[in-house]
Amino acid sequence: MFAAIVRKFAGMLVVMYIVATMVFFLTRLAPGDPASLMLGDQASLTDIEELRRTYGLDQPVIVQYILWLKEVVRGNLGQSIFLQRSVLQAIAERAEPTFFLALFSILIAAAIGIPAGIISAVWRGQRIDQVVSAGAMLAASIPSFWLGLLFIQFFSVRMGWFPVAGYGPPGGSFAERLYHLMLPASVLGIVNSALITRFTRGSMLDVLSEDYVRTARAKGLSEARIVLRHGLGNALVPIITVVGLTAALLVGGAIVTETVFGLPGIGNLVVSAVLRRDYPVIQGALIVIAGIYVLINLSIDVLYTFVDPRVKY
Amino acid sequence: MQRSPTRLFLERLFRRRLVLIAALILLVVVVLAVFAPLIAPYSPTGMRVTQRLRPPSFTNWFGTDEFGRDVLSRVIYGGRASLGIGLAVVVASMVAGTALGLFAGYFRVLDAPVMRLVDAMMSLPDILLAIFLVAVLGGSAGNVVLALAVVYTPRVTRVVRSSTLVVRELPFVEAARTLGVSTWRIMTVHILLNVASPVLVQATFIFAYAVLAEAGLSFLGVGVPPEIPTWGTMIAAGQNYADRSMWVVLFPGLAIVLAALSLQVLGDGLRDMLDPKLRKSL
Repeated sequence: MFAAIVRKFAGMLVVMYIVATMVFFLTRLAPGDPASLMLGDQASLTDIEELRRTYGLDQPVIVQYILWLKEVVRGNLGQSIFLQRSVLQAIAERAEPTFFLALFSILIAAAIGIPAGIISAVWRGQRIDQVVSAGAMLAASIPSFWLGLLFIQFFSVRMGWFPVAGYGPPGGSFAERLYHLMLPASVLGIVNSALITRFTRGSMLDVLSEDYVRTARAKGLSEARIVLRHGLGNALVPIITVVGLTAALLVGGAIVTETVFGLPGIGNLVVSAVLRRDYPVIQGALIVIAGIYVLINLSIDVLYTFVDPRVKY
Repeated sequence: MQRSPTRLFLERLFRRRLVLIAALILLVVVVLAVFAPLIAPYSPTGMRVTQRLRPPSFTNWFGTDEFGRDVLSRVIYGGRASLGIGLAVVVASMVAGTALGLFAGYFRVLDAPVMRLVDAMMSLPDILLAIFLVAVLGGSAGNVVLALAVVYTPRVTRVVRSSTLVVRELPFVEAARTLGVSTWRIMTVHILLNVASPVLVQATFIFAYAVLAEAGLSFLGVGVPPEIPTWGTMIAAGQNYADRSMWVVLFPGLAIVLAALSLQVLGDGLRDMLDPKLRKSL
């Protein structure tokens, strides 16, 4: 099992290397010289030349690439052009809202998706199943930013239940910050519940047609016990996978939602970096987010072995 | 009377009433977009400052926006850009993804490198990769199409590659090979036709995702330039007026939901029909 995890980890490093390489070379396609971008319109040519030398931009691209890769491996993602701090620091400062937004969203998505999927599977083909399936497809068709705007209008502006935007005043309490996340997390949770619903339904249907479920029924166990213990217990592996994948997808969804709700998270950082062409920040954020994604995937694989003793490496 | 295969296909597809409704809605949306100049009651760009932010009425069914432009006409014209971009993304990612998937699945040497690249691209959230690409390429409708095509190509590649791996080993391919059929012909005729149905199913879903993603990009200000009316740019422009004039963001959003939902229902129907194995689980 240990060897398998090491092998998966190696595969993950390969993927990360490709991501980093892709990000580096694609950024070089961008119009505009980073040095003149950094110094603004008023800079003299000599200043620009000097800065180019300081950052190694006068070297051939392949040399730049090797130097950059060396730094990335050492954990240095470079300096932001506009924020007067390192990219890693900028990301770390913005991590909290994004982390809790993703956490609450995944909890809400699972709290909707898993029960809905189970209900749908148990009453398969009946009216309730059709309603749940249609609901899941509807949720997957709603743009999260639009739902966010509607929620703000209704729950914040009209009802006054939630703050309209932001993450609370600077130095506000933790509880206050979490309160600001409730509405955005609901939006993301609802939109992302669709995949979990469909997967839960699918894997429950598979499991409920197994022989041991028939045996359990023949033994006269209660239907609730059959569904929850024999059914859900065995359907857990695919459900964990999809919850994990949804968590990874949420990082992307969070970008748009953070913008709608004015949350100072990583998504907001990326969007403003794009609008200002702050390439080091964009590159760094892409690498960090891809890293989170492959790490979640790796954790899911490891988790399997604990949840399902049949999975052996 | 002999029934044509097309008719049989449609009859089976539309046996589920929901799929039929979705197809009809989609048809209406497409007709509105294609014939926009004939159908839209006003010009989508005609400003009438005296008529700013008027609520829905008999003259302006969906109300007017911050420049006094008719929201209904803009939603109809917006469909042209939004669906046009979606369709272009589908076509481009289908062609690129199918080619890559066929090569990766058929030639063993290409499998590992292509699939590692696919893994790397799929480790970035769709919208993030798209934002990055548009940032690098510059914001225009063409670049949005290019960026989203790059984002969705790996999905198609994965599907085509795994189907190719299966089909490649089937007896009829072996037979063709023994008969001296060229590799090119085996790939483009024998294998391609047999992987067509999962690709078709993917196409409808990618269409839906592309419409949603284009709206997201435009909303963030890194997509289509704001002067082109798409459903996304309309919501982006209207959000500052949403507190007083909900209709400015409500109707373009409903158009997105309607289009994306009917595409997904249709895709679901196609999958049920083309792949009976999956019928149980999905």
